[in-house]
Amino acid sequence: MKAIGKQTGSVIAGVFAAILAMQAAPALADEDAELWQSIREDVFDEQIPIAEESDKLTLEAPYRAQDAAIVPISVTIPADIAPRVRKLTLLVEKNPAPVVAAFTFGEAAGLGERKLSTRVRVDMYSNIRAVIELDDGSLHMRTKYVKAAGGCSAPALKDMDAALANIGKLKIRSLRRAPQRSSSTAEAQVMVRHPNYSGMQMNQLTGLYIPAKYVERIEVRKGDKVVFDMEGGISLSEDPNIRFTYARGVDGPLSVIAKDTDGKTFTTTAPVKGSS
Amino acid sequence: MKRLEIPETPYAGGLTRRSAHRLLALLAGALALPTSMVKVVWAKQPEGKFQQIADGIFAHHGLHELMNSDNHGDIANTGFIIGEESVAVIDTGGSFHTGTALRNAVRAATAKPIRYVINTHMHPDHVLGNAAFTPDQPRFVSHAKMARALAARGTRYLEAAKEAMGEEAFRGTEIVLPTEGVREPTTLDLGGRKLKLTPKPTAHTDNDLIIVDEKTQTAFVGDLIFSGHIPTLDGSILGWVQVLKEVDKQPPQLIVPGHGPASMGWTAAYGPMLRYLDTVIEDVRKIIAEGGTINDAIKTAGPQEAPRWALFDEFHQRNVTAAFAELEWE
Repeated sequence: MKAIGKQTGSVIAGVFAAILAMQAAPALADEDAELWQSIREDVFDEQIPIAEESDKLTLEAPYRAQDAAIVPISVTIPADIAPRVRKLTLLVEKNPAPVVAAFTFGEAAGLGERKLSTRVRVDMYSNIRAVIELDDGSLHMRTKYVKAAGGCSAPALKDMDAALANIGKLKIRSLRRAPQRSSSTAEAQVMVRHPNYSGMQMNQLTGLYIPAKYVERIEVRKGDKVVFDMEGGISLSEDPNIRFTYARGVDGPLSVIAKDTDGKTFTTTAPVKGSS
Repeated sequence: MKRLEIPETPYAGGLTRRSAHRLLALLAGALALPTSMVKVVWAKQPEGKFQQIADGIFAHHGLHELMNSDNHGDIANTGFIIGEESVAVIDTGGSFHTGTALRNAVRAATAKPIRYVINTHMHPDHVLGNAAFTPDQPRFVSHAKMARALAARGTRYLEAAKEAMGEEAFRGTEIVLPTEGVREPTTLDLGGRKLKLTPKPTAHTDNDLIIVDEKTQTAFVGDLIFSGHIPTLDGSILGWVQVLKEVDKQPPQLIVPGHGPASMGWTAAYGPMLRYLDTVIEDVRKIIAEGGTINDAIKTAGPQEAPRWALFDEFHQRNVTAAFAELEWE
């Protein structure tokens, strides 16, 4: 949340810059660069350079999103890099809370190609960034520009009663993939029923904003080994949904613990491929 | 333009009648000034065209377009029903401008007072004309869940409508929340003419309301039925199919769909609607079972429906996204 102050400041500065230099085309680009710089300083170690357009990961995101409140994004890390990845951070640069989530990988994340997909809110046309931190501390990034707007303030909740009645319901799905004999990893999906209120959705009856209330942590384990531990924020879509790869070789079922900002904890366990 | 300020009132999930009336009074007060200041020249206005579809029932065909400065948000069907003593208006279009055209049409047809303004659901193209009727001090009636749904979305609806239409076409447009919500089937009396209002479980939205004129068995079904215009999903696709099947057990004589001709028979509308929804459900379920993603579904679900609907490119992929997010919980 630290980023908000700086971000707002730089946006305001950017607006002034734009007014002062009406014909200067680079004004917008400068503003964006400045915004990213301020977020970067807040989220990552300033001493460590970030390799842009890195070949150590790929990022998929739709150029034009169908629903700004549910924008699917996907990160793939090739098998030769995957074992060295400590952390994956996803950001939507122009969102009020730019950090969508940070995933710290554990032993059960597996050694094969690593994939992770989720759904994010996009408040205005923005860069989406995925940054991985390797075991040597180095940072590598991929960026995609997404056209979508209004994802943070739009109540995507289609059935408000159902959304609140089902809060905390969890589901783990084992996913079929094209069979790869050599693959040491399998893929699964964890789904959490939660409105993930952003704090920016206004109730016009009262003129008040619905207070932020969201899933701040999701930890997935295979047996007693951690696949990943996620810290999330309001830029994660409602009903947080994460597809991920995990090590087949680790014994035991997949289990998930999710915690929201009210301190409520939700948990479930499911036997999956590779369980014994 | 002046932004409507609503004072802070405690909100506990439902709108009581008293608090709603108090709100209405405040809203009416706040609206009186800007409303009377708006001057519009009503030359040739397509919004003002209504046809009598049954005895004392008038309906207007909204365009199969997105909101823009030329259409003033006149993109949904609207109508009114004249009783012996009073008039009920059903949906008001997507702007103060379309609402005013509708009000003028009522005034041209009858001098009886407009006692009810009924909204079939909370979408902006059906409710943003409500403000044109505040001088009539009608009862604004809707599904009990509409107030909450519209309250949560109102600010965005206004912003989006203003952006789509431009300042001039948007002028005067405000959110007017319902003064009463219908939880159970309810009858309104227009004098010698009764309207039966039936709130539905989550389908197109979570606040769909059907209005049936008992005298002619004509039903205003709102966006539970789209004809020609692609259906848009903002509720539950499974719930929608359920509701349609239930209505089909005792189909109305004549319907006014939310989008489509001003009036039509039930069967002609029901078949294509159900086919579209079933196609999306079937294709999306298959992709989910195969471990596919939302993106896979967007690319491959229901392409054969494309030539059958107006605005397919604008809404189909979004429908698939919503259906996917719902069906993956099965």
